[in-house]
Amino acid sequence: MHVIAKKRLGKMPAGEITDHKLYLNRRQFINAATAITTASLLQSSLVRAAETPEPTFTNLVTSNYSTQASPTPFDAVTTYNNFYEFGTDKASPAILATEFPDKTKPWHVTIDGECDKPGQYDYDDLIRPFTLEERIYRFRCVEGWSMVIPWVGFPLADLIKRAQPNSKAKFVQFTTLYDPEQLPGQRRAVLDWPYIEGLRMDEAMNPLTILSVGLYGRELLGQNGAPIRLVVPWKYGFKSIKSIVNIRFVETLPRSAWMKAGPREYGFYSNVNPTVDHPRWSQSRERRIGELLKRKTELFNGYGEHVAHLYTGMDLKKYF
Amino acid sequence: MPVPKQKLILFIISLLPLAWMIIGLLTNQLGANPIETLTRDSGLWALRFLCLTLAITPIRWFFDINLVPFRRMLGLYVFFYATLHMLLYLGLDQFFDLSEIIKDIIKRPFITIGFFTYSALIPLAITSNNKMVKRLGGRRWKKLHRLTYFIAIASTVHFYMLVKQDKAEPLLYAVMVSALLFPRLYRFFQRKISQNKVITVSK
Ligand code: HEM
Repeated sequence: MHVIAKKRLGKMPAGEITDHKLYLNRRQFINAATAITTASLLQSSLVRAAETPEPTFTNLVTSNYSTQASPTPFDAVTTYNNFYEFGTDKASPAILATEFPDKTKPWHVTIDGECDKPGQYDYDDLIRPFTLEERIYRFRCVEGWSMVIPWVGFPLADLIKRAQPNSKAKFVQFTTLYDPEQLPGQRRAVLDWPYIEGLRMDEAMNPLTILSVGLYGRELLGQNGAPIRLVVPWKYGFKSIKSIVNIRFVETLPRSAWMKAGPREYGFYSNVNPTVDHPRWSQSRERRIGELLKRKTELFNGYGEHVAHLYTGMDLKKYF
Repeated sequence: MPVPKQKLILFIISLLPLAWMIIGLLTNQLGANPIETLTRDSGLWALRFLCLTLAITPIRWFFDINLVPFRRMLGLYVFFYATLHMLLYLGLDQFFDLSEIIKDIIKRPFITIGFFTYSALIPLAITSNNKMVKRLGGRRWKKLHRLTYFIAIASTVHFYMLVKQDKAEPLLYAVMVSALLFPRLYRFFQRKISQNKVITVSK
């Protein structure tokens, strides 16, 4: 991972460089505080030895949207997952998703709704036209933890352009596979299956929004939402829907699985916002996985320069 | 076996969850978010010891087995694991930032309840030696220690409220706590009724 990060040095926009300095300052503070307050034993055990497997994707295009922060170890990214289709605790997905998705069955993605070029695609056909990039993004969960993940993917906008949505298309709705055989968590009605998420058209077209097919230079593992998932880095993690089988252009605001589960707790926008608290979790700070103390959460997860304009004039407390 | 020896064994067994947590921490077995794991484990063990403490009386009633000599220690382990739980929160969640902690207690209902639950444990822990029993007098001491029932209900509510969506586990504890409290409630009302009868008859 460090090799990849170095290659991009010098191409960074100024904003990212300041960001990194800030990050280092914070890091220094955290390290100092840690040294004073905790036994060295505890500290060293938090630095996890990561075995990162060799990348399998070649010729990935690097991106100016990537952060310079050091990625969360592969081990943590692939064993600490919220994927209720494989159980409601963080460890279950990695244990239960080893055979997912079933390689003997084709993975179809349907693109339909308000567009001129609907269609059903095999996974390979779906992604063939697009140039795969590496995007190292911050990822902030609504539960108050965060990671830095080197995704592999392509801009959702590229796919949308090919589908040619018509003038009625105001939102994009995404649906996860419904198959209790393969997704045992769906046998219990913990959420209203299948999992649904949505974006406003301009959010979906934003260059930060990607469809991801891999991480750490390799194909996605089942627990991370294989074979294809959404990544929207300025929103809480649950917006980044996994294992997608349907992408639909719609006229009215889609009701997501979490909106149905708790309309007071989960809004349609779910932008990362330290000033809008969740009843269960304060959102002002987050624990970056691998770090001992919490760090401050940034508005739009630090991606404000790219996305703040999408929400001008909107009361973010009302449209949470 | 003399009682002190049995007590020593229970004392050591009750420390095993702590040992498990420490070993897990040192060998990196607590997952990607060890602090969350420790907070949850300590909270769960506090609740489990609470259930054990509450089980002593029904066990005596229904099975005629007297485990009362062990109850004080079990109760103190509730306090022990709850203290660990609370310190992990204060230290590693809030970094002992008093204004943040106060804000959190006011703002988040499940933290509010956790805080009151812990506060209720403190007088019970303080009055858990023979000297205090004597000083308070058995009756008042008993009355005070009925706070345990509040603590049991409140900590189950605390658990229920903090779980995001899958309420199965907190509900299991709610059932357990209800099963432990129900016989007491039943006996309480029975006694009331029979007392009333006695009064009527004597008239
Ligand atoms: C000042 C007092 C307390 C505070 C601030 C507090 C705070 C917390 C926090 C932050 C969590 C973790 C939530 C999460 O990871 O999402 C938690 C979980 C828990 N707490 Fe507390 N707590 C307090 C007192 C207690 C007491 C007295 C008990 C029981 C006797 C208790 C039992 C539990 C249980 C059972 C859990 C859930 C564990 C799990 O998720 O498996 N807590 N508490």
